[in-house]
Amino acid sequence: MVQFTDWDILKNLLLAARWTILLSLLAFAGGGLFGLILTLLRSMRNTFITRVIQCYVEVFQGVPLLMQLFLTFFGLSLLGIEVDAWTAAILSLTLFSSAFFHDIWRGCIEALPKGQWEACRTLGFTYMQTMRYIIVPQAMRMSIAPTVGFSVQIVKGTALASVIGFVELTKAGTMINNAVFEPFKVFALVALLYFVICFPLSVLARYLESKNHVTR
Amino acid sequence: MSLVSLDEVHKYYGENHVLKGVDLRVNAGEVVSIIGRSGSGKSTLLRCLNGLEEYQQGAVIVDNQSVENDDYKLRLLSRSVGMVFQNFNLFPHMTVGENVMLATKLVLKKSVTESRQLAEELLAKVGLADKFDAYPGNLSGGQQQRVAIARSLAMSPKVLLCDEITSALDPELVGEVLKVLEQLKEEGMTLILVTHEMNFARDVGDRVVFMNQGKVWETGPSDEVFANPQTDELKSFLAAVR
Amino acid sequence: MSYQLDFASLVPYLPEFAAGVWTTIELTIISTLGGLALGTFCAQGRISNEAWLRRTCACYIEAVRNTPFIVQLFFIFFGLPALGLKMTAWQAGMIAMIINLGAYSAEIIRAGIEAAPKGQWEAGKTLGLTRRQIFMHIILPPAYQRVYPALVSQSIIVMLGSAVVSQISVEELTFAANFVQSRSFLSFESYMLAAVIYLVLAILMRQAFGLLKCIAFKNPSL
Repeated sequence: MVQFTDWDILKNLLLAARWTILLSLLAFAGGGLFGLILTLLRSMRNTFITRVIQCYVEVFQGVPLLMQLFLTFFGLSLLGIEVDAWTAAILSLTLFSSAFFHDIWRGCIEALPKGQWEACRTLGFTYMQTMRYIIVPQAMRMSIAPTVGFSVQIVKGTALASVIGFVELTKAGTMINNAVFEPFKVFALVALLYFVICFPLSVLARYLESKNHVTR
Repeated sequence: MSLVSLDEVHKYYGENHVLKGVDLRVNAGEVVSIIGRSGSGKSTLLRCLNGLEEYQQGAVIVDNQSVENDDYKLRLLSRSVGMVFQNFNLFPHMTVGENVMLATKLVLKKSVTESRQLAEELLAKVGLADKFDAYPGNLSGGQQQRVAIARSLAMSPKVLLCDEITSALDPELVGEVLKVLEQLKEEGMTLILVTHEMNFARDVGDRVVFMNQGKVWETGPSDEVFANPQTDELKSFLAAVR
Repeated sequence: MSYQLDFASLVPYLPEFAAGVWTTIELTIISTLGGLALGTFCAQGRISNEAWLRRTCACYIEAVRNTPFIVQLFFIFFGLPALGLKMTAWQAGMIAMIINLGAYSAEIIRAGIEAAPKGQWEAGKTLGLTRRQIFMHIILPPAYQRVYPALVSQSIIVMLGSAVVSQISVEELTFAANFVQSRSFLSFESYMLAAVIYLVLAILMRQAFGLLKCIAFKNPSL
């Protein structure tokens, strides 16, 4: 049996944390991009598209992320696509976060006072002009804080990738614990590392949120 | 012995010296109107009388109790001093009746039947007997303010503080609230009001206190003060509000 | 693309799913009640006059909100017994869910409390109520009502999060789906069925909370 010092434990966890961060960044980028596309599609105000997107959001917010991971993992292989844990994790976290990002951003657009739209109407702006010059800039400023806030959820969501065998921080913790059997220490360290990643993001989100309130 | 007495009261908000040595006596049964420009310290003065604001120097005595920053003493004081606010501050999740009954049940520990009876009487007095089970949100501003008066009367206070209680009302609703105050005066209630209603201050009030720059600038019987203001500041104030 | 989905073969396993659903519902109801109670307590602690209480509550809330639920669960189930605190998987799952909802709902409820106009406190004070009476009778009920939608959403999130307690072998819905797929080899179908059940549970929960709202808040417009 290999002897693990505390430093070995921490070192291995830190190495695994890189994958947590990478997975989070990819899911954030993918989810952001896809969420943006959904938001743009929705702003076309086509009833059918809106219905479809509403269902999409409803499903991804109403089914556990863990279940989404299982479905992606097993569903893709049914389609004959061999997927590894990496692909399945990135794909399902992307879909999951796109639904939430879309919901956040749509909320920001709809939160703008009706007077803004009316003012643009009286100035003779087209719908796209109103969006581009008036609505989107304001909605974007409003959306920064909740977007950063949701990134914390993504980081925490990556922990579930451990269940389908992706070796990130949580999985590494489980594996190390199986070797050293010091669950209290190992999982406390795992939790601490997540905290180190998430807490600054939470603080940033809160700071941006309060700044938003002041400028408005 | 006066019911309310203030001696050399000083109040600071940080660096800002808001009350600069206020002296005032109010006897039982008197109706005193406090007037003055915004920022003259009149609301602050009123709020010092029941401990909603602390003061740093001087003494405030109401109904033989010294007003100090002590939760227990202030709770005792609240049985002698009622307050009505500019924006009513009714409890939105309770019916009108529950609003009036709350303090008699919780503070005076009266039974529900007794509290209910009292609440019904008081609501009848302010002309809202039929609104017992309505929610404040469904009432007009004037009605809400009358409920607020009934609520503070439920504690049978010796003095009622009114902080610009008609300022948030639509003009046509002011009259119904002032009528209740007149009625209270006839019953001998001591009223101290911060108000912009000059006609009411002149016709109903016994005495007027003009606050300026954190001091009692001029005071006297209502008719005299309005007919014959002594200081330039009061003259220009009266000219501006008329 | 030759694969045919075969939901019919799941029929013999329906009792497993039903048992799982029941455990999920049980976990959800208890953790919602416990979590909201804990959340209310901590929200109160966050605005207390006692600095130590404020700080303790803040630490708890931040610790929970900034770590994944699955790690909290492992810490409670594997870590705490190392200190001599023995518990069953069901108990560990339950505790983890309560602690989780407690932290999130504390922040939500606190926001509701802080949204109370200052005048409500003042009105209570001038009527001679104690700080505690003002809080319980005047501030808290409308605070709940103000943040009710957020509390509902958070409770649903915790219900969905309960899928994770399958990882410590609590036999709830996800565990049932895992079990069935290992027996029947109908993995996609099992998970699909479970996903649909979760979706239905989420919708039902929203409606149940909607009904509850009519009963709990007599005055619909605050």
